[in-house]
Amino acid sequence: MKLSFNLNGRPIEVEYEHQETLAEVLRERLNLTGTKISCEVQVCGACTVLIDGLPVSSCTLLAYEARERNVVTIEGLAKPDGALHPVQQAFIDEFAFQCGFCTPGMILAAKALLDENPKPSREEIVHYMDGNICRCTGYVPIVRAIQKAAQKLSNEK
Amino acid sequence: MSQKAGKKGEFHVVNHSVPRRDGRAKVTGKATYVSDVKLTGMAYAKVLRSPYAHAKILSIDASGAASRPGIYCVITGNDLEGLDPYYGHAVKDHPLLAIGKVRYVGEPVAAAVAVDERTAFEALEHIEVKYEELKAVLTPEDAIAKDAPLLHEKKFEAGALRGFEGEVAAGRGTNICQEAHIKWGDVEAAFKKAAAVVEGEYYFPMTYAYAMEAYVAIADVNDNGVTVYSSAQHPFMVRHDLKSIFNLPVSQVRLIVPFVGGGYGSKSYTKIEPLAAACSWKAKRPVKLQLTIEEAMLTTRSDDAYTWMRTAVNADGKIIARQARIYMNTGAYAENSPLVVEKSTNRCVGPYSIPNVQIDNCSFYTNTVPASSYRGFGCAQVTLPGESQIDELAAKIGKDPYEFRLANVAKPGEEFFPKMRSFDGTLKEDLDIAAKAIGWKEPLAKGRGRSVACSGSDAGAYPLTSTAVRVHADGSVTILTGSTELGQGSHTVIPQIAAEELGVPFENVHVVSSDTAITPYDRSTGASRTTTLMGSAVLEASREAIQQMVVMAADVLKVKVEQIQAIRGGVRCGEAQLNWSEVISKFYGLPDGEVIGRSYIRKSGKFAQLPVFWETACTGVEVSVDQETGKIAVEKLATVGDVGLAINPALAEGQDLGAATMGMGIGLFEELIYQGPQLMNGSILDYRLPRFSDLPKQVELHLVENQDGVGPYGAKGGGEASLNSMAANIANAVERAVGVRIRSAPLTPEKVWRALKERKQ
Ligand code: FES
Ligand code: FES
Repeated sequence: MKLSFNLNGRPIEVEYEHQETLAEVLRERLNLTGTKISCEVQVCGACTVLIDGLPVSSCTLLAYEARERNVVTIEGLAKPDGALHPVQQAFIDEFAFQCGFCTPGMILAAKALLDENPKPSREEIVHYMDGNICRCTGYVPIVRAIQKAAQKLSNEK
Repeated sequence: MSQKAGKKGEFHVVNHSVPRRDGRAKVTGKATYVSDVKLTGMAYAKVLRSPYAHAKILSIDASGAASRPGIYCVITGNDLEGLDPYYGHAVKDHPLLAIGKVRYVGEPVAAAVAVDERTAFEALEHIEVKYEELKAVLTPEDAIAKDAPLLHEKKFEAGALRGFEGEVAAGRGTNICQEAHIKWGDVEAAFKKAAAVVEGEYYFPMTYAYAMEAYVAIADVNDNGVTVYSSAQHPFMVRHDLKSIFNLPVSQVRLIVPFVGGGYGSKSYTKIEPLAAACSWKAKRPVKLQLTIEEAMLTTRSDDAYTWMRTAVNADGKIIARQARIYMNTGAYAENSPLVVEKSTNRCVGPYSIPNVQIDNCSFYTNTVPASSYRGFGCAQVTLPGESQIDELAAKIGKDPYEFRLANVAKPGEEFFPKMRSFDGTLKEDLDIAAKAIGWKEPLAKGRGRSVACSGSDAGAYPLTSTAVRVHADGSVTILTGSTELGQGSHTVIPQIAAEELGVPFENVHVVSSDTAITPYDRSTGASRTTTLMGSAVLEASREAIQQMVVMAADVLKVKVEQIQAIRGGVRCGEAQLNWSEVISKFYGLPDGEVIGRSYIRKSGKFAQLPVFWETACTGVEVSVDQETGKIAVEKLATVGDVGLAINPALAEGQDLGAATMGMGIGLFEELIYQGPQLMNGSILDYRLPRFSDLPKQVELHLVENQDGVGPYGAKGGGEASLNSMAANIANAVERAVGVRIRSAPLTPEKVWRALKERKQ
């Protein structure tokens, strides 16, 4: 079977089988391994991608569900010239990761938050991000990074 | 040659929070973990696991599975002829697949190797295994019982790298896995003359580290030897186990570790690499074995511990005696638990100066998931009782627990633990910072309590480390290091040290790590050892490279070596000045070539006495307790890492916060629960982990930098210690908030609620 959708701003068509999840299609068929898989039960958020701008756990989403929609993965966030998205840069600046396994999902969820709510309070960040687990950092630097990115994005406007 | 002074404030690169070297790779999704690696012709393996806790394997018929389309082979314990199938660095008790018998629910019994994972998985149900169930042993109490069945019938060889000096107790016809005992002074007499004594029983639960990347290995076994990509913390340790399994020279076993998605001790030592390699050996092609998180939970956990402890003070408020008896539950195989037992025994004492001590510790094999290292190495298990009793005693004699700690902690330079390195931390200073950070003296709202607690562990870091620092003709540098980047920041800290020494920009120093065919030997990446030991090795190797370049410069300038003065980033001789690039290029007569600085660290010189350092930290908390529901929230958290010198302060603080958060998880809700032989919460759906919403509202991270360690510029290890005192801290703060003393972790709402209810009655 063939699946067509918009991936990181470009139309794409890929062979797949009906039981495959979006995470499998991205990682195994398209070699986009930035999307990480951990719990596989929609608890940790490591596999988060954006579909039509909203964060979705790709580990439990059948690839079929993504047909004709806009999918953004971590590979699609930086500008073509390599310039990082402000959320990515803020994660580096604030030491908001250690092992980095949660990071792609974390960054995409944070981007979705800021797209929806450009000036979130600490409580709003905590509430929105609660579906993403990080075992390394203790979360404080991630909250700081999101606040910093929000600041930067609002200055850019 | 000038030797750098190296006082805090004088550094160019170290002691600065330079951005992480792996930053860009990790925020763009380009960082490669083993799960992202594909080899040409690679097949996939899936594992059939035991449904029984303890059973004889009567027969296995894999023919139905092996003949299915897409299956390359099925491997079982009957197919291992030609291999030495038992491994274990401490005790060689662990078969790579069950042989003749299974010892826990979830133990690997067979593996199917196929064109893809799904095909391998679907074949598993066609493997027929007949079992004869045996009585299971699930707790230390079961294991000791007179009629207890034996888990292991045979006597084991000690592993070659067990990491401790004592005897191996396993396999002597009992279910004892390991024992450890320490004793000094006269405990009985001290308790008789004590002014006050507290005594109690404590339980520290089984916990799961949840490295977000589950165990994964890709093995390629062929005529050239064994190559394995693995998510292993200690590639050189795994190499040793694989070398014995396949009976190969070290040079034919290669472990490659790319980025690792979290370790926290759970990826130390050998895990699934032998099974992956056996699959490849039988399938005659590269094989990937990727576990799920549920399977990872059936692979390793921490040792749970039942501790009876008593502690005594004299009339002056000095602690005069401590005695403890600990039973640890080590699960089906020893893994690193013998070392955990030894360490938890010692860590009952520290960081207090106690004249009479007796600790008896014993770990038992049971039919549960094997336990092994977990961040803190047995320290958290005994710091719950140890630091609880400090508060209990203070309350009993009417002292402020913070003041009581100040009066009893080991002093800098004090030999408080016989035959060990004298104390190299400054606990009074640390405690003071922690207490201030959480507002110790300020009035408390109703239902709130505070606690400060500390730990000082004899670091398990064993000094055996080597490295090579290659300075290239353009002045850039490549460091070959066996230290694994688990997220702790070794790829950043190691080049910082080389850049500091060689006087070259940090941006020009790069690391090649953890490939046993390329990088020189490093014993492990654990026990907070990398900064101290690998850091020292890199420092020495950089200096050795400088020495070589001084000699080369003399040759180039046609002067005596004595006339050459090393300066930052190069040499000077009178008016002439050359940077490293010029020295090397002129020496070889081409803009190419290199200099290789080396160093070998062993247990001698300043590293002769163990521990190499005392890993010391304090944490402080303020908690609120909801008396209706028993729910605890940590409102304030402070960590104080006594790290000597932070090579990268932001990374060091990040380690402390990460460790304290794990400790908070254990204090509040983390626990693997067995119901009979079954793990009841063996999935992330059911195993509760700290989330954003558990984050304390106020967090302060402090570092104490007195340059009092043996590592580079006075650095010591950090990154485990903030975990150790957290469960005790929470229990102590709850006591102060609502007046109930809870002696087991986690302090779940139900437990707190029950205690409150009982108190009312
Ligand atoms: S892997 Fe998809 S939510 Fe955890
Ligand atoms: S950085 Fe390791 S899990 Fe978040």
